[in-house]
Amino acid sequence: MRVYAAIAWRTFRRYSTYRAATAAGVFTNTVFGFIMAFTYIALWRARPSLGGYDVNDAVTYVWLGQSLGMVGALWGGGFREELADRIRTGDIAVDLYRPVDLQAWWLAADLGRAAFHLLGRGIGPTLVGAFAFTLTIPGDLATWLAFLLAVFLGALVCFSLNYLFTLVGFWLMDARGVHQLAGVLAMFFSGMLLPLNVFPGWLGDLARALPWSSALQIPADIFLGKRQGASLVSALAFQAGWALVLWLAGRALTLLATRKVVVQGG
Amino acid sequence: MADALRAYGWIVAMWVRSTMVYRASFAMLTVGQFVVTGFDFVAIFIMFVHTDRLGGFDLPEVAFLYATSGVAMGTADLLIGSIERLGRRIRDGSLDVMLIRPVPTFVQAAADDFALRRLGRIIQSALVFGWAMVAVDVHWTWDRIVLLPVMLVSGTVIFASIFVLGAAFQFAATDAAEVANAFTYGGNFLTQYPPTIFAKGLLRAATFGVPLAFVNWLPALHILGHPDPLGLPKAFQFASPLAALALALVAALAWRAGLRSYRSTGS
Repeated sequence: MRVYAAIAWRTFRRYSTYRAATAAGVFTNTVFGFIMAFTYIALWRARPSLGGYDVNDAVTYVWLGQSLGMVGALWGGGFREELADRIRTGDIAVDLYRPVDLQAWWLAADLGRAAFHLLGRGIGPTLVGAFAFTLTIPGDLATWLAFLLAVFLGALVCFSLNYLFTLVGFWLMDARGVHQLAGVLAMFFSGMLLPLNVFPGWLGDLARALPWSSALQIPADIFLGKRQGASLVSALAFQAGWALVLWLAGRALTLLATRKVVVQGG
Repeated sequence: MADALRAYGWIVAMWVRSTMVYRASFAMLTVGQFVVTGFDFVAIFIMFVHTDRLGGFDLPEVAFLYATSGVAMGTADLLIGSIERLGRRIRDGSLDVMLIRPVPTFVQAAADDFALRRLGRIIQSALVFGWAMVAVDVHWTWDRIVLLPVMLVSGTVIFASIFVLGAAFQFAATDAAEVANAFTYGGNFLTQYPPTIFAKGLLRAATFGVPLAFVNWLPALHILGHPDPLGLPKAFQFASPLAALALALVAALAWRAGLRSYRSTGS
């Protein structure tokens, strides 16, 4: 266990080294936050209380999206390019005979990165948003803790999705195409473009049932106080369930992929 | 100039050949680009499931803004978007190799890793453009027809200039490549929506600061017959070429200044 904590800490340190890059990221997320906030205001002005949100909820949702987007790293910027590179070049063979579990190693590294992105890039944009707009901020500690738990579970789900999509590189060699498609799905079904409760009909039902809703929609709904009591418990259970299923799928695919490496190595 | 263009062509051809080695991946990336930008439009479409008008613009009009911005951005990105990789080249020292080759550094940096898959974005925007042209309710006079290609070319030059400015900035701040995204992709995102929904301060910044309003907002106001939320003189709606030219000049100067200030990372 100590080795994984050390890995997570080292990755946290590694990402925190690039201060200019972090500042640039906060700036970019803030600019996007402003633009999106105005588009949402226009929509909610036309349709007040759309999707159960009032206009302040909607604007808060925008800023949470800009703050949490990098925590899941669903559209790149996480470990997956690095892992894909190691698979393509064959360096993965070195990782496989290390006395640590491959999947757990990358999870530890990714959680270190996610923690840094939450602190370094996450707080900034929402703070700026809070100065420029009226946001819905939870007043009680319990909601904050539930929100943080949901963000953590969301990070687990995101890791497993990224991991699964990257392992496909064992068969395709160049994982960039798969990564891009993965990014598209994530962008749309996490609710990054529009909250999932605004999606019409069956599309909304589908989007809310898929794992990507763990990345943004569920944490945001908890933050906005839309999920309390039994509804809160079921939301967290939904995330934990997907995290477990995807983790086990990652286990199975790792086994298959490892055999594949042995075949290549002759 | 002719030499530079020929060199650009050679480098582009080389990258296209190398891309085609991984055909499956290329196909997926191109489709991916198509779908990535497509989902933006699906989001707009879902908004219009809930309302008829956004800031006084109906769906075909927003589609018109979306498509004109997308074509301009996509073309600029295809032609010289790779220049945003400059920071990486500075960090690993491979920019030095470009400096000693007998081809302008700008040409090499612009054609570096030329990505044909970016056609995906252009094709998607062009399809929306086609639909918008049919669906939009416009009385087509000759000035509106002429303004259309002028707007697309000016918009492309504006986005291309912002790409170059972003790259020039990386000479000063190597790690901060992402700042440019706020103006390129952010600018693209901004100009997909009607100017009427944004705060006046933001509109002024997008007109007189970074001239994104000239990409499509100002000419589109004339074409679609909407009043200008800032109440600027009518001449602004025809001034896109001037704004594009001025920004291109600024970008060229910034690039020269950046390249001159460059100190190699090697010893």
